[in-house]
Amino acid sequence: MNLIEIDNLTVTFQANGRQVRAVQEVSFAVNERESYGLVGESGSGKSTILRAICGLAPVTGGTIRIGGQPLPDPRGAGFAAMVQMVFQDPYASLHPRHTIDRTLSEPLAIHGVGNSDARVVQALVDVGLPASFRFRYPHQLSGGQRQRVAIARALMLQPKILLLDEPTSALDASVQAEVLNLLNRLRAERGLTFLMVSHDLSVIDHMCDRILVMQHGRAVEELAREDLAAARMKTPYARSLFEASADRMLAAP
Amino acid sequence: MSLLDVKNLRVTFDTETGPVQAVRGVSFSLGRERLGIVGESGSGKTMTGRAVLRLIRPPGRIEAEAMTFDGQDLMKASEREMRALRGKRIGMIMQDPKFSLNPVMTVGRQLTEGLRLRDGLGRADATAKALAALEAVQIRDPERVMGAYPHELSGGMGQRVMIAMMLIPEPDLLIADEPTSALDVTVQAEVLSILDNLVRDRNMSLIFISHDLRLVARFCDRVLVMYKGRIVEEVAAGKLLDAQHPYTRGLLNCLPRIGGPREPLPGLDRTGAWAE
Amino acid sequence: MTALRAWLADPNPTSRRQAKLGQMWLAWLRIRRNRLAMAGLFIVGLLVLVAVLAPWIAPHDPFVQNLGNRLKPPGTAGYWLGTDDFGRDILSRIIHGARITLYIIALVAVTAPVLGLLVGTVAGYFGGWIDAVLMRLTDIFLAFPRLILALALVAVLGPGIENAVLAIALTAWPPYARVARAETLTVRNSDYIAAIRLQGASAPRIIAGHVVPMCLPSVIIRVTLDMAGVILIAAGLGFLGLGVQPPLPEWGLMISSGRKFLFEQWWVATMPGLAIFLVSLGFNLLGDGLRDVLDPRSASR
Repeated sequence: MNLIEIDNLTVTFQANGRQVRAVQEVSFAVNERESYGLVGESGSGKSTILRAICGLAPVTGGTIRIGGQPLPDPRGAGFAAMVQMVFQDPYASLHPRHTIDRTLSEPLAIHGVGNSDARVVQALVDVGLPASFRFRYPHQLSGGQRQRVAIARALMLQPKILLLDEPTSALDASVQAEVLNLLNRLRAERGLTFLMVSHDLSVIDHMCDRILVMQHGRAVEELAREDLAAARMKTPYARSLFEASADRMLAAP
Repeated sequence: MSLLDVKNLRVTFDTETGPVQAVRGVSFSLGRERLGIVGESGSGKTMTGRAVLRLIRPPGRIEAEAMTFDGQDLMKASEREMRALRGKRIGMIMQDPKFSLNPVMTVGRQLTEGLRLRDGLGRADATAKALAALEAVQIRDPERVMGAYPHELSGGMGQRVMIAMMLIPEPDLLIADEPTSALDVTVQAEVLSILDNLVRDRNMSLIFISHDLRLVARFCDRVLVMYKGRIVEEVAAGKLLDAQHPYTRGLLNCLPRIGGPREPLPGLDRTGAWAE
Repeated sequence: MTALRAWLADPNPTSRRQAKLGQMWLAWLRIRRNRLAMAGLFIVGLLVLVAVLAPWIAPHDPFVQNLGNRLKPPGTAGYWLGTDDFGRDILSRIIHGARITLYIIALVAVTAPVLGLLVGTVAGYFGGWIDAVLMRLTDIFLAFPRLILALALVAVLGPGIENAVLAIALTAWPPYARVARAETLTVRNSDYIAAIRLQGASAPRIIAGHVVPMCLPSVIIRVTLDMAGVILIAAGLGFLGLGVQPPLPEWGLMISSGRKFLFEQWWVATMPGLAIFLVSLGFNLLGDGLRDVLDPRSASR
């Protein structure tokens, strides 16, 4: 069952009186419980697609369907309970003046969900943070800890789909490993569907089942994970991306 | 004879909640070679690079038993002597050209400024040297770039301008602090190869600071691994896979690989005594 | 005392209150390092103290006239700062005048910034025609010269301290609206605003709970620095006879009535002038120090 359907999506921004086509006629579909990756360099439009799904970018062509239904504009409470996003920069995605407790309990307050005390503590435990962090401020946490809070926040409303915008690019390698492991575990436990964006091919390979390579706002090639590992890409751009990444691997066992 | 000798370098910041030690006793020497310094955030690698150039302002302070560059004592040098060293004998490339190039000056002016003020060259000579430097970093139409502002250039182009700027005075030592981290993957390879050729042709020494262990191992001769302000391991680049220290092994193993197994990535075990 | 300190410095607060107080204590530590800011805080604190304790610390009654004692120089026994042309002790009048100064400042500080914050954040957050309309409104009020507006209000409503404050407040709010709007435009594109929008939050919740807290530091700094100007304007209005009326010991009014004696009995006008200078200086120093503490950009975090 296709949970996310993107059909001929075009996103155009107005900048300085000119029109910038950030995404041009991109189509793909994500199955339920699948983990789908969008990979490309800066300017490829991959993050813009996530924002368009959230209603944060101006869609000028094509359609987006979640669960078979077109999306209402503005998105509304139903959407929030179905789709949530984890942002790239852990230093910018948590409100600097709110405690963790407030950040996690606010979605519950907006949707009138009770029992927020217990839920907040449980959310912290689920992402591997001690409950004693509850009343800390973001600047008292490390980057990896903040990203865990961001993940916990995204899961407070128990969505079915998680959009991940480069969730580990700003983190150290060792912390990245922990966060990726956490995401995989949560996905398995809760049956989530992931739509993940990254510029790092090895991260995408580790996390995703199918991959769409993008460049300059267009879809270049869709690959299954096995094809990526076996270097069975058909387009030269996808291959150059692969080579630039694989090039940095040492001949490791 | 080593070009740079550092013994027991300590960098401390006096904050309102007490002193914070960013670098805790780092010692190394550098000859005519490429040295990589690898660490995660908070390891002190950037502070080490800046300490060599004495670019750390209060409330930070630098202390060292010894820090000599080509026989000159860097700890005792006056600010004037340091200024003569910076740029001319020791150059530094930083991570993001968006922040390291002056946004309100054209590239040409920034390139020629040092030449005209420090070396006293006339405008025509300075411009010629600047154009030559831009060609050396493989910029195809250097005249257009000379007249452009930094925000009009792409990331890779800006970083190449930065490299050109630092190489004009022909320094003996180049400190590159995450020079390619802000660039796209395909552009990274290009910029690195330009840097590679230039360093080799001019026989410069290089300190390459990065968080990317594999990249540094490919690019450098020797690698220092730092954690929380200390050097935990020093290893020749070719022998990286035989590294012994648990932190280095952890760093090597925790990265995902294309075609790697789908099991959870091994994390870093920070319980050893070295993690203090 | 150390138990309290430990409680405030606890890295794992157990309640919202503890977390908030802990942060405020850290901010206090930061201000404490800045000597000039502490000087400013001291002066402002002194103003508040003097105003509160005025009836008890003033050596004489500020209103009683004693024509046999008029125009005594400073240093006369019992009249440390001298007397004015009605024989009233200048020191006592300055002390009671502190109350009026504080009253004016407080009234302006709770009206103008609040209005400015509201207009600025709404304009900045919604953009489009709401922004255009609100900003034109701001421009209109910004264009009013304060004294002319005060004259107009006084002509309509009669002179008095509240009308002076009204005139000041009506012309003081536009800069706060501008500052708040500028901050809002920056904050609007942050990821944490995108996140809360994605959770289905309404615009009022976002503006009040997420945008305003980020604008507060700039506005607070601006308010503190503006206080000096407010005091001077109130003094100016008093000087022109538009605000506080005699025999109230408002400092500007005292300068005005001391004008006649400026050359021979200089202290009648100069002493209240020094008081104004000192308080303005205090607010300026405090505002600068607060900027170092509150401005997230200049924080050494």
